[in-house]
Amino acid sequence: MSILVFIEHKDCTLNKTSLEAITAAQSIGRDLGLGITAVIPCDKDCGLAQEIAGYALEKVIIAKNEKLGTYTPDAYADAWEEVIKAVNPQYVVMAHTYQVRDFAPKVAARFRREVVGDCIRYRNEGGKLVLTRRIFLGKLDADVSLQGDAPYFITFQSGAFRGDNAEKGSAELQTMDVNVGDVRMTPEAPFQEAKASVDLTKSEVIVAVGRGIKSQENIAVAQQLADVLGADLAASRPICDSEWLPIDRQIGSSGQTVAPKVYIALGISGAIQHIVGMKNAGTIVAINKDGEAPIFDIADYGIVGDLFEAVPVMVEEIKKAKA
Amino acid sequence: MKIIVLMKQVANKDAVLRISGDEKWINEADIALQTNESDGYALEEALRTVEAKGEGEVIVCTLGPQSAKSVIKDALARGAHRAIHIVVDDSKTLSAYQIAKTIADAIRDENADLIFAGLQSDDASYGQTGVILAELLGIPHATIVIEVDRASLGDTLRVKRELESGWYQWFTYKLPALLTIQSGISQIRYASLKGIMAAKSKPVNEITPSVQAFASAPQIEKVYMPLKTKQTQMLGGGDAKRGAAELVEKLRTEVRVI
Repeated sequence: MSILVFIEHKDCTLNKTSLEAITAAQSIGRDLGLGITAVIPCDKDCGLAQEIAGYALEKVIIAKNEKLGTYTPDAYADAWEEVIKAVNPQYVVMAHTYQVRDFAPKVAARFRREVVGDCIRYRNEGGKLVLTRRIFLGKLDADVSLQGDAPYFITFQSGAFRGDNAEKGSAELQTMDVNVGDVRMTPEAPFQEAKASVDLTKSEVIVAVGRGIKSQENIAVAQQLADVLGADLAASRPICDSEWLPIDRQIGSSGQTVAPKVYIALGISGAIQHIVGMKNAGTIVAINKDGEAPIFDIADYGIVGDLFEAVPVMVEEIKKAKA
Repeated sequence: MKIIVLMKQVANKDAVLRISGDEKWINEADIALQTNESDGYALEEALRTVEAKGEGEVIVCTLGPQSAKSVIKDALARGAHRAIHIVVDDSKTLSAYQIAKTIADAIRDENADLIFAGLQSDDASYGQTGVILAELLGIPHATIVIEVDRASLGDTLRVKRELESGWYQWFTYKLPALLTIQSGISQIRYASLKGIMAAKSKPVNEITPSVQAFASAPQIEKVYMPLKTKQTQMLGGGDAKRGAAELVEKLRTEVRVI
């Protein structure tokens, strides 16, 4: 019995969240006494294989087929189905990336299973895992037990495990030629829309606005605070969707991932998609009307109240302090 | 052209949630409900697609208790042509696979050209009902779609998927296909008064399914407030201005950013 862990890559360049998946799989493997096999779908003898074989795993399988050069859900599902049937794993562990969200439920469904998705931690209860998922936009946690027979499909949220904690070692390398049937979708080359002209990953201080800012005109309020602090202005997704700020200011899973010294969240409730992009900030400040907003769970300092009352006072006080 | 749109009723975004007595879900008795956010965008894309094609119908499909009728009414008022209501009173106890299987059995004979769904629900957030449904119906799927190239619509359809970190990718799909739609990709229309009146005479097909047991359904053991990973210093005691002054002091003396 074993754990399969998915290695995600684009043209043999690793998606770093796969190292988090390795760390998760190693942790589960230690707890349950299971060996780990990493699986890399690729159209060639993947350039990534040697690097992955340098981790503490039993085996690295390159699932090889000419149709696995560019990701498609149909090709990936066929490849995974064959690997799972060959290896017969207890667990399949993946990082909860956009690509995994696209194909993992399809693979699970072929085994009459579903994915326990976007988990933030697990515990071992008598040899079976209990997973914790965030529900209701991050407002509540749910402990979920696995039922029925293996295989169990689990994905972990970005940041649930640390990729740099993945244990090094030496794994056996194996190439498995897999069959891929009809692929019903034709991919074009991935592209970046308007290259991010603002690189927020280098910002020391970020002032970010969310739905609570209410209108485009009000962004000036946040801008004033950013100006006195020498900070960069950023936003959560709804603000950029409304085009109140350009998309290169967006923080979160579909925008930039940042870790500034200080992150000041104004009127941001703290949906998971936003939090994954900023939770590693040194100090997090949250100002929000809703005292139960999930952003307060990760904040170092919080003010429950109207940002339009708080921010002008902050601007004045900072000016005084600097004078 | 026949498009089915999957829509779900969920707790209102701003609702204060109370955990139910058995600690397995929330107490839904006294909270405001709304249509799941991304499902609203799925409906908008479906309506625009039929309008661009110049013919066809949009069928809204929801699985849930009688209260979910308000989702249907709203969708019909916005322009959907008819509805399928799969009536399940305790739908919150169903797993993603069970929901997908029940919907698959209910809509299979419609032989829709396209199925649109939101990318995930704002309550259980499974994010997989659509994908499982596509697999059960034997049709291809695309998730996290942010643009539908309506001009390309024929036997195939070109859609733009969002990848991570500002990357995107176009895919061309053979129809029939299922798409899950990202929130915020368009302006959702309001229901007109005319639409609201017209909705009253649009057909709603109620189906009472026999939901099959599913041995592999993950089971919720306990629902609780998230464990705080940080000790948060709450400032101002409800007075935003006082909190702001205290915060600046902290930023100066403790965080040393000023």
